[in-house]
Amino acid sequence: MPTSRTERLQALYLQMCRIRYTEGALGRLWHRGLVSGEMHLGMGEEAVVAGVVAHLGDGDALALDYRSTPPLVARGVDLTALLLEVLGSEDGLCGGRGGHMHLMSQAHLAASSGIVGASGPLVCGFGLAARAARQGRVAVSFFGDGAVNEGMLMEALNLAAVWRLPVVFVCKDNRWAVSTRSSALTGGGLRRRLGAFGMPVVAVDGRDVWRVDRAAGRAVARARSGGGPTVILARCGRLEGHFLGDPLVRLTSAVGELTAQVRPLLGELRAEPGAPATARVAALAGIGRRAVTVVVERPRSHDPLRRAARHLPPAVATELASQARDEVERAIRLALMRAAPHV
Amino acid sequence: MSEATFTTAIDRALALAMARDERVVVLGEDVRMLRRNAYVRFGGDRVLDSPISESALLGTAMGAAMAGLRPVVEIMFVDFLGVALDQLLNHAAKLDAFTGGRWQVPMVVRAACGGGYGDAGQHEQSLWGLLAGIPGLTVVVPSTPADAAGLMLAAIEHPGPGVFLEHKLLSEQWLHYLGGTSRGSVRFDVPTAGARGDVADEPDPVPIGRAALRRDGADLAMVSLGVGTHRCLESAEVLAAEGLSAAVLDLRSVEPLDRDAVVQLARRTGRVLVVDEDYTRGGLSGEVAALLAERGVTAPYARVTTEETIPYARALEDAVLPNVPRIVETARQLMDRAGGGI
Repeated sequence: MPTSRTERLQALYLQMCRIRYTEGALGRLWHRGLVSGEMHLGMGEEAVVAGVVAHLGDGDALALDYRSTPPLVARGVDLTALLLEVLGSEDGLCGGRGGHMHLMSQAHLAASSGIVGASGPLVCGFGLAARAARQGRVAVSFFGDGAVNEGMLMEALNLAAVWRLPVVFVCKDNRWAVSTRSSALTGGGLRRRLGAFGMPVVAVDGRDVWRVDRAAGRAVARARSGGGPTVILARCGRLEGHFLGDPLVRLTSAVGELTAQVRPLLGELRAEPGAPATARVAALAGIGRRAVTVVVERPRSHDPLRRAARHLPPAVATELASQARDEVERAIRLALMRAAPHV
Repeated sequence: MSEATFTTAIDRALALAMARDERVVVLGEDVRMLRRNAYVRFGGDRVLDSPISESALLGTAMGAAMAGLRPVVEIMFVDFLGVALDQLLNHAAKLDAFTGGRWQVPMVVRAACGGGYGDAGQHEQSLWGLLAGIPGLTVVVPSTPADAAGLMLAAIEHPGPGVFLEHKLLSEQWLHYLGGTSRGSVRFDVPTAGARGDVADEPDPVPIGRAALRRDGADLAMVSLGVGTHRCLESAEVLAAEGLSAAVLDLRSVEPLDRDAVVQLARRTGRVLVVDEDYTRGGLSGEVAALLAERGVTAPYARVTTEETIPYARALEDAVLPNVPRIVETARQLMDRAGGGI
């Protein structure tokens, strides 16, 4: 990565575009039915991912959740192999056997998991191995705000702190635990929770790649020099719901869906026996409030790519975006061609 | 009586239980969205969204059950029980035994299970063999909407801890939610008789531990449960065209296992084929073989199971999960073997 501010911003923006176009492609493949099962995109997390992964190199490790395409793209995993994996091809990154939630690359010491919070214990192991066998190398864990209520993640934060492991924990705070507001589920608040283990917590606007880049630079340098673990708490958006086809997003984007979902609930207001009327109305209002929150939060003004582009001359931003688009489109064409017998 | 989908049938039973008994509460991640009908009708005191904290959630349900409530705790996917197994394995399953039968844990763990829609091996496992191997746990696996409703009612009434497994391929709601059937561009091999069916408006409990003979036959006993039951029924049709008469026994629960029904059918037909979506080793299929040996039934035996971690690619996944061609082929081989001697 370049060190001058201008060149660095350009490189970060390019990575964000590569991530966004790759995920856009995954979304289209999913909608075409070429990808089965769930599909959790990291749209809205690009600045967090690009800003952190920019500081990693050979020998550094990544413990990932199920929104793992962005860090793998930023880390330089072959795009065609990644797309082929999600298409279920035997030429994919994991022979078509892992798929979208279980993307792994031993060459990059990068492993994903579909189990919430699992990147916590894993990163401690990566960190321990780094200290023992690869001095100066670090391990980074990505997880969401919903994961901080998993015991295993809390145990891992403590372990990393007391063993002073060369680890950076990155909490992507999109404020949702699947379809439930995480603030309603997280006692004591997120920042205080993460700060309870005696390691520094750096809160950063995760939609601003420049701020993430600087915060991550300090945290990674600290870990590399034996200074111990850091938590980066990065606020970011969730532009495409928990996963593609998220009922909460559909509820707010299709009138027919809204009617179909709400009508049966109206009958429940009168069914006897049941809760008092006030409790029932409160429940119905609670469901409505979640849907409204989804609508309010979706505006593209929170889009980290737009924010990043503002730091650059328009012509440069356009050029970088088209460079990324061309690269991703080439990878998709190649992947679809090679996957043809399978899809 | 009216037609219901698999999940609607369960929710109908749940609503009935909640209406009849105020001690029945629903706990789990996102349950106010997933069970929003119950949430609106019974209110927030009885339908509680939990943090993503499976250990605390299961342990809380257990404590509540020990102290007088009848919780139905949702763990989303049975795979996620891995995160919280201690609460079931070392606590909920043990209380009755540790107290010499003086204290029970009337809780139901409701979880989605099974594969066939492309989520791979961390979200598509069955695990009923593993769970049923723990003394003190009841494990039910319905294959039709009517059974799903009846077994949910029975599980809630059951005095001990029970695991209620809802196969995602039978559940329109889960497939919609996870498989993305809303996009219209994917199709899954859903057994229609399992996904939809008549359910009483006020269903009765289905006794736990009693298998159902879904199809009678003279030459071969197919023993299965869940989606496997439907794969067996389809296979039996294919075999019938070849002049082979196969019976299909739907176990409906792994623990307690309807041992007498298995043994009787094995004796009558002389050959046993277990079709189990769970892993091959240490589970239900081996338990059936042990049962036959223990009862002195010497019928030729074979099994079609999931032998390895479920792969992501759809074609590989379909091959790994028990499917009709594998069942039919194994049945033919079984028929060719010398046997029938009882």
